[in-house]
Amino acid sequence: MRHIISVLMENEPGALSRVVGLFSQRNFNIESLTVAPTEDSTLSRLTVTTIGSDRVIEQITKQLNKLIDVVKVVDLTEGDHIERELMMIKLKASGQMRAEIKRTADIFRGQIIDVTPTTYTVQLTGASDKLDAFIETLGTSHIMEVVRTGVSGLSRGEKVLSL
Amino acid sequence: MEQLSGGEMVIRALKDEGVKHIYGYPGGALLHIYDALFQQDDVQHVLVRHEQAATHMADAYARATGKAGVALVTSGPGATNAITGIATAYMDSIPMVVITGQVMSFLIGEDAFQETDMIGVSRPIVKHSFSVQNPEDIPSIIKKAFHIAESGRPGPVVVDIPKDMTNPTDRFNYEYPKSIKLRSYNPVTRGHSGQIKKAIDMVLGAKRLVLYTGGGVIMGDASAELTELAKLLNAPVTNTLMGLGGYPGTDRQFIGMLGMHGSYEANMAMHHADLILAVGARFDDRVTNGVDKFCPTAKIIHVDIDPASISKTIQADVPIVGPAKHVLQEMVELVKGSKKKPGKESIDAWWQQIEEWRGRHGGRFRTDDSELMKPQQVIEMLSKVTKGDAYVCSDVGQHQMFAAQYYKFNKPNRWINSGGLGTMGFGLPAAMGVKMNFPDEEVVCVTGEGSIQMNIQELSTISQYDIPVKVICLNNQSLGMVRQWQDMNYESRHSQSYMKSLPDFVKLVEAYGHVGMKVEKYEDLEAAMTEAFSLKDRMVFMDIAVDPFEHVYPMQVPRGSMRDMWLSKTERT
Repeated sequence: MRHIISVLMENEPGALSRVVGLFSQRNFNIESLTVAPTEDSTLSRLTVTTIGSDRVIEQITKQLNKLIDVVKVVDLTEGDHIERELMMIKLKASGQMRAEIKRTADIFRGQIIDVTPTTYTVQLTGASDKLDAFIETLGTSHIMEVVRTGVSGLSRGEKVLSL
Repeated sequence: MEQLSGGEMVIRALKDEGVKHIYGYPGGALLHIYDALFQQDDVQHVLVRHEQAATHMADAYARATGKAGVALVTSGPGATNAITGIATAYMDSIPMVVITGQVMSFLIGEDAFQETDMIGVSRPIVKHSFSVQNPEDIPSIIKKAFHIAESGRPGPVVVDIPKDMTNPTDRFNYEYPKSIKLRSYNPVTRGHSGQIKKAIDMVLGAKRLVLYTGGGVIMGDASAELTELAKLLNAPVTNTLMGLGGYPGTDRQFIGMLGMHGSYEANMAMHHADLILAVGARFDDRVTNGVDKFCPTAKIIHVDIDPASISKTIQADVPIVGPAKHVLQEMVELVKGSKKKPGKESIDAWWQQIEEWRGRHGGRFRTDDSELMKPQQVIEMLSKVTKGDAYVCSDVGQHQMFAAQYYKFNKPNRWINSGGLGTMGFGLPAAMGVKMNFPDEEVVCVTGEGSIQMNIQELSTISQYDIPVKVICLNNQSLGMVRQWQDMNYESRHSQSYMKSLPDFVKLVEAYGHVGMKVEKYEDLEAAMTEAFSLKDRMVFMDIAVDPFEHVYPMQVPRGSMRDMWLSKTERT
């Protein structure tokens, strides 16, 4: 099952490589990974999406917690949560396709953020499956380039991951 | 406030941490630190002949004392030579601080002379690592390094110091922190009382209980508590390879080591148990054998300081995260205060069954099928001559298993071996590290003619510092454990397990100024060994010819259950 694991960690040199190294060392899988400092510049927030059995996910969270730089770990998928990913997708846009892409982007609430006579670049935000659906709808033959940020997420309501 | 250079701060911080010996080898990146070392007498440096030996010496000191050992190695090849020693300590959860030199900070990343990304190279085999970026941080980084290495589940910590951080002309205020707090690192100091209570309820209701304990009891200084609990419960105790000495080896309730080369009675008891109380052990693959067939009738209580060790390979029914000493103390109090007592009838029946198993095999080996000395006989003799009271530092292979099986350890911290990584070449420097810190104790290295040659250069260090260890070399003229597997699984095709040109070890050790002895007949063994140990101030190397065809038994059948064992070359369960 797919899990979104959120990690609050010291914003120290080498901290990220310890997290990434842990995943490869222990044969855990990484689907996506995002990391950036929080409002407190001494802390970074890292979100990793991974796939594994309950047993593997338990090991992942325990092993992450063991890293000295890691302050807190939470598996967001254990509770109600919000996830978002941002995608920029560059598409061949000529003839009828220009209108088609515009319509599809509107349906998905995407924005066209760059236009040339032959291309459109669409920005789209949402859960990962929404971004997948957009790609599927337009079909890969029109796609020139895709860049995705990977998933970020947090718990709904009062629950927070902080010091 | 006192002003010190970075180099001086390194040495002063070690002194302030209470470090007496450090083990190392100088090099370009460390010259400032070595100059600071030269100008003081508080911290004694031991110059090894290869950096791997420095790490093993530091590691063995830690295994014998529970305190972090310190190794000092230079950048590049010095650091990479230390890697095997760091990995050895990591696998066995041994506290160690390894200070590595690094090229000057402005050269990092430029492929400078003797540059290696030590933080990167060592990352998977350290508990944590630090790279010094400001000389002022050296005291707090060293304090943190010791705190992390020694607390929680112990492990090695690397401190990488670029040469310009130790420049003698740059001086800074020096103050060594009394204590340190890390907001992201708070190891547990006690177990969950509710879980402990639940565990004891189960323990008191069990009919076939086994206590299975590992290195966590040794490093967690909990062997007195374990012994008290076991006595209160009249329960059988089995130790892992790392846990030997955690419970007295000559006590009736001790049923031997468990696992791949565990005793028949220990493996049978585990398989038939209805409750296993595991303390400071990690259900390693060399213990469990096939995990799907592991102890089918047992509930499992697992006490460990590291939550990640619990339910990693075997699902625990009652997990308890906490230090072994504290949890066992609380268990002892609960048992003493409980109205419920262990059922005498079921315990008697359980012991009757265990005694039957013990009688059926009980660690026997054949002595009648050849003229050759059996390696087991040598270990039994060693146990007799040293009265079971020596520090036994082992290398890796058949001799290690024979030592684990036949030397009866009655005290913790005296059996010192590379259990997790299985590092050949560990034994001799380990013995040196222990002997230097316990000069009045008998310290033995049990080795084979293969392992000893992996760090034999340390015979020179022994000469320099007069370290009178005793080496018991079980010479079977082959890499015995490899050969055993080849006999059992590869129709005796002995691929590369035979060394054709062994040195004359007696002459070799004599060349270094030590005493060499060769023993070929069992009837000469006791006299020779007694003589060796009477030479208190000399390093003695006993080259003992043993039966090259001997195998280690019992041996579990691969991927079987705990009870599936070969008991000899022809019998299996």
